[in-house]
Amino acid sequence: MSEGTAAPLPPLRVAIVDDEAPARSRLRDVLSDCALKLPLEIAGEADNGREAVALLEHCDADVVLLDVRMPEMDGIEVAQHLLKLADPPAVIFTTAYDEFALKAFEVHAVDYLLKPVRASRLLEALERVRSLVPPKDEALRGLRPGPRTHLSVNERGRIHLVPVPEVLYLKAELKYVTARTAAREFLLEESLTKLEEEFIGRFMRIHRNCLVAREAIRGFERIAEPGGEGHWVVLINALEERLPVSRRQQQLVREFGR
Amino acid sequence: MSINQKSTANGLAGSLPNFRNLGILLRLLLFVNAAALAVALVQSGTLAEAWLELIEICARVQPPLIAVVLILTGLQPLLARLPFAAGVLVVTVLAAAVTAGWHWLAADLFGPAGEPERALMFAVLVTLAALSYFSLRARALSPALSEARLQALQARIRPHFLFNSLNAVLSLIRQDPRRAERALEDLSDLFRVLMADNRELTPLAREVDLCRQYLAIEELRLGPRLQLDWQVADMPGDALVPPLILQPLLENAVYHGIEPRSEPGTVTIRIWRDGDRVRALLRNPYRGEGDRHSGNRMALANIRERLLLHFDAEAQLTSSVQDNAYEVEIVIPYQKSSPEKV
Repeated sequence: MSEGTAAPLPPLRVAIVDDEAPARSRLRDVLSDCALKLPLEIAGEADNGREAVALLEHCDADVVLLDVRMPEMDGIEVAQHLLKLADPPAVIFTTAYDEFALKAFEVHAVDYLLKPVRASRLLEALERVRSLVPPKDEALRGLRPGPRTHLSVNERGRIHLVPVPEVLYLKAELKYVTARTAAREFLLEESLTKLEEEFIGRFMRIHRNCLVAREAIRGFERIAEPGGEGHWVVLINALEERLPVSRRQQQLVREFGR
Repeated sequence: MSINQKSTANGLAGSLPNFRNLGILLRLLLFVNAAALAVALVQSGTLAEAWLELIEICARVQPPLIAVVLILTGLQPLLARLPFAAGVLVVTVLAAAVTAGWHWLAADLFGPAGEPERALMFAVLVTLAALSYFSLRARALSPALSEARLQALQARIRPHFLFNSLNAVLSLIRQDPRRAERALEDLSDLFRVLMADNRELTPLAREVDLCRQYLAIEELRLGPRLQLDWQVADMPGDALVPPLILQPLLENAVYHGIEPRSEPGTVTIRIWRDGDRVRALLRNPYRGEGDRHSGNRMALANIRERLLLHFDAEAQLTSSVQDNAYEVEIVIPYQKSSPEKV
């Protein structure tokens, strides 16, 4: 790489994320062409969304070239999780062809490159990177209509990914939302209402402060109260804990029984 | 006569149906019986009477109808060679003659049954109506008229595939120029077929070669994620099939079955002969999620339409989801490609 130049800045650290090996190799080639004009180095490579998040939390990349369409977790969701980092890299999406995505990119002013990528176009994008801010969460939400496949938590500088199917319930407590899996709890900095909207159908609201995964419900139980009519609680798979159903949501018990 | 001249002649002058096609025969029987029902309804005052009337008419119509159908099935090769007008004349005269013959025979057996002229008029009118129905239908489905639509549908290789493949080839040029050459050759063969006039049937072996070329490009892109299981040892390579009947299904199998997974998945291609039919079964892994079905449904609808156009009711396409796998099966009549047809 071109270290000997009098460039005032350290070389730009670029990470490559694409599920297809030839596509990564092509980007390496084109980046090596760009390196003649702009000092840069490759910070790392990943071939799926989860690995990309794991790579980017420690590789200290300035910019990531992120493929949009990938198995398991797509590039846009990766970018959403990256926002949890203290110093997230700039994101340039790469995509072969997807008319809907292209329109969305323009609407939300997110930087993208069309594959096959030309060296001159890539260079242009990289030159802008230092002034580029990471895409806003709102913009990223606008790019993909479906719900995320994972929730993410920043724990001591590392991003912890929690697969959504493993979440048994979500409970609002003061400033945070607790996501409970069979193994442990995670504190999310998101609102319960937004989570309910995003994962509509998967979770069911049983209380003002609680959403339960439909698949995790083992049954309902009626707790008698002395002098009162009693109330229902939800029994959760794999947990001892019982979650109260609020008076307002009692009809859910009947609907669920059907 | 060249293929092109034949198709323009057909397009302008109408055409006789193929009387050896099951779907055509079924429609013919339904058509004539519907006409008989209409006559019965007009002739009688109440529905109950119409029912009796229909039974009586059927007794007179059915035997000559079946005789005519049998003769037409036998005459099919001859009829196919006649110009349209002569064909119509032959069929009409045949229908009239058989009806008249049956009329006299029935009069001998069961006593007189009205004037023969009425039966003859009925036979001629129904024959002409049926032939014009088939001619109109052939035109509505004719490749010449729906060509624009068919071409548009056929050329539906995903742009996603084109650009990703070009990207993969570009990546090879510096490291493995020979492999890049082969990939470009495959790609150009594939596009030559995609852009060709695909109205004529093609030998199955050629379609399978095309599928192999297509899959070679996908393997380049997806590496070990794409596993292939070819079961084509018993395939009749000379069977005639509509071009691009399998490739779009494989493209769907890769797009919906392999690309959304990070672990390897197998696409199975099984083609075999089953008596006078050819069966092709394609299977790919599938998890019942995702919302990219509309592309798949469009491809299936397109292939169904083309099967209907070429084979009418004798071909079928079915799809099913079972045990985390998606399966498509095509059944078409086994027609050998003969040297004269090529």
